[in-house]
Amino acid sequence: MTALSEATPPGHGGRRLFDRVTRVRELGIVLALAALFGVTGAVNPTFLSFGSIRDILLNSAIVAMLAVGQTLVIVTRNVDLSISSIVGLTGFGGALVLADSPAVPIAVVIAGCVALGVVCGAINGLLVGVAKVPALVATLGTLYAFRGIDYAWAGGRQVNAADMPESFLSLGSRSVLGLPLLALVALIVLLAVGWMLRNLRAGRELYAIGSNPDAAVLAGIQVRRRIMTAFMANGALAGLAGVMWAARFGTVDATVATGKELDVIAAVVVGGVAIFGGSGTVFGAALGALLLTGITSALAVLRVDALAQTAINGALLIAAIVLDRVLALRVAAALRRRRYRDAR
Amino acid sequence: MNTRAVASLVGTALLISACGGTTKSDVARQQSSAPSAASSSTANPNAPIKQGLKIAFLPKQVNNPYFTIADRGGSDAGKEFGAEVKEVGPSDANASSQVSYINTLVQQKQDAIVISANDPNAVVPALKQAMDAGIKVVSYDSDSGQDGRHLFINQAGAEDLGRTEVQLLAQQIGSKGKIAILSATPNATNQNTWIDFMKDELKKYPDMELVKVAYGNDDDQKSFTETQGLLRSYPDLKGIISPTTVGIAAAARYLSSSSYKGKVKLTGLGTPNQLRKFVKDGTIDGFELWSPGDLGYLAGYAAAALASGQITGAEGEKFKAGRLGEYTVGAKGEVLLGKPTVFTKDNVDEFDF
Repeated sequence: MTALSEATPPGHGGRRLFDRVTRVRELGIVLALAALFGVTGAVNPTFLSFGSIRDILLNSAIVAMLAVGQTLVIVTRNVDLSISSIVGLTGFGGALVLADSPAVPIAVVIAGCVALGVVCGAINGLLVGVAKVPALVATLGTLYAFRGIDYAWAGGRQVNAADMPESFLSLGSRSVLGLPLLALVALIVLLAVGWMLRNLRAGRELYAIGSNPDAAVLAGIQVRRRIMTAFMANGALAGLAGVMWAARFGTVDATVATGKELDVIAAVVVGGVAIFGGSGTVFGAALGALLLTGITSALAVLRVDALAQTAINGALLIAAIVLDRVLALRVAAALRRRRYRDAR
Repeated sequence: MNTRAVASLVGTALLISACGGTTKSDVARQQSSAPSAASSSTANPNAPIKQGLKIAFLPKQVNNPYFTIADRGGSDAGKEFGAEVKEVGPSDANASSQVSYINTLVQQKQDAIVISANDPNAVVPALKQAMDAGIKVVSYDSDSGQDGRHLFINQAGAEDLGRTEVQLLAQQIGSKGKIAILSATPNATNQNTWIDFMKDELKKYPDMELVKVAYGNDDDQKSFTETQGLLRSYPDLKGIISPTTVGIAAAARYLSSSSYKGKVKLTGLGTPNQLRKFVKDGTIDGFELWSPGDLGYLAGYAAAALASGQITGAEGEKFKAGRLGEYTVGAKGEVLLGKPTVFTKDNVDEFDF
């Protein structure tokens, strides 16, 4: 179970602080991040410059937001493979409306994309929550279905930066208080979802469903409704990510975000969210996204040979997970020893 | 053992049908288009283009804007000479995904197949079957193996493209400074050939230094990150050449919103619609491309000329391609579309593709 759900045992002041720090599930990933930035920064100090950090935050904003949404689904012991297609569908749809009907206000387009995302999420939710189709199969199906709708809708068309209003494109590159707007949006979503998962009954019930679905039913949790909500929330975030994608890259066709679902799931898993549900936090998932994009950026800055990059990327990913796992085990062992000692 | 025996049988059968093409395939051709007399293997330059030809365009991938434009050029050509032109193809650009489409087109008894091969070798056996069935095969954009088609419509000589891109950038940066290349995938054949010519052309510019070839994998996000990486690791970079439409768009998008805008020059291959904004806001001074619509148009005419018996695909034969004028078949059955067009802010508005 998550460390966050355990109450801090009474103890001496200093040790309590130590406990709290070492028990944070995301410690491993934070250390991995620190190592990545430290090593890369030592080789090439420009990596730690303000502009570079800003770029990395911007790069990870979309994946981080998708990882937050995916966490909601994965903690319930489900998975949503269709998000990349939802991003593609909403991103293309939003760009098309902006290009063809400039009269529609940007806020309406954004809301429309989120709504479209919710509809897609609801379809997933109905299949998984109500029809009881295994999530892996159901969302694999909708992965193709949504992308197919996207293809049919686009018909080979591409929306270019010149077709979209400048005020919309500037959302993708503008900074507020020195931070990229897209990263701020992702941060706000992260804090809000993180708070809800931790403090609201609905949030805790998602963990309960993932820990033991049968027990959740016996405990009177409305499993069907909760799973439905999780998929819909994930769809909404994917819809928002679709608009962000269009604003950021400016060139949008039907293939937008193809294959990104694996990046997102990798980020979630690296962030310490158990793939079989029941534990992990959205903060970890967002850090995982930051780590993955950080690795890609670092490899580009370190002038690593392009042909070796993918392999190194994978190796670093495994290293991060192993580091995280080792730390988690050591902390667990240390805590067990201490509890035993305290009990005597 | 059994399967191996079968495989070798099939192999020999293919060999026989390929080598002995004059006898066996001619019979097949006569059978499939029996009513017309113009199906002999000698070219008749004065033969009129037949009416009602069925021509199928098989791009690497449907839903790819580039091929949408190219194939529209093909159907425009078809309208001019009264043919029925259709576009079919896979939605993913896999090596193997085109084979089943070719087989279907053979069964439908098309007069000509115009294909952009995802993999030069994977499609050859299927295309040979098509040729044996009397179907004329024209490759465009990306060639198939030479024995799997009659003609290849080359959008632009690899040498032309590679050299002119370097010349374009040299003009923009005063032939001096560090430059980088942002390519597609590390094993993309087109791009690698161009890059070889770029390196050769760079020998003429002793003050220009190619510091890195980065690969954006034709992915927005990766191209974006690679551009950032180039600028971070080479702070004194003067210019970037991106010989891929995805890469140049992502690089332009990044440069236009960064402090490097206008200072680091960007050029390469892109479409006017995609880059219009960046040419106007000063991120890009000039870039180049062939006209994909003209490419499809020429491929359409070439297919019709083959199917009508005007040409057979031998070197030196000439055929007319509507508004583009007359073309001559070059060595290895190649027809060259022409020099690439350079787009700048003065002429970019004249193009819509």
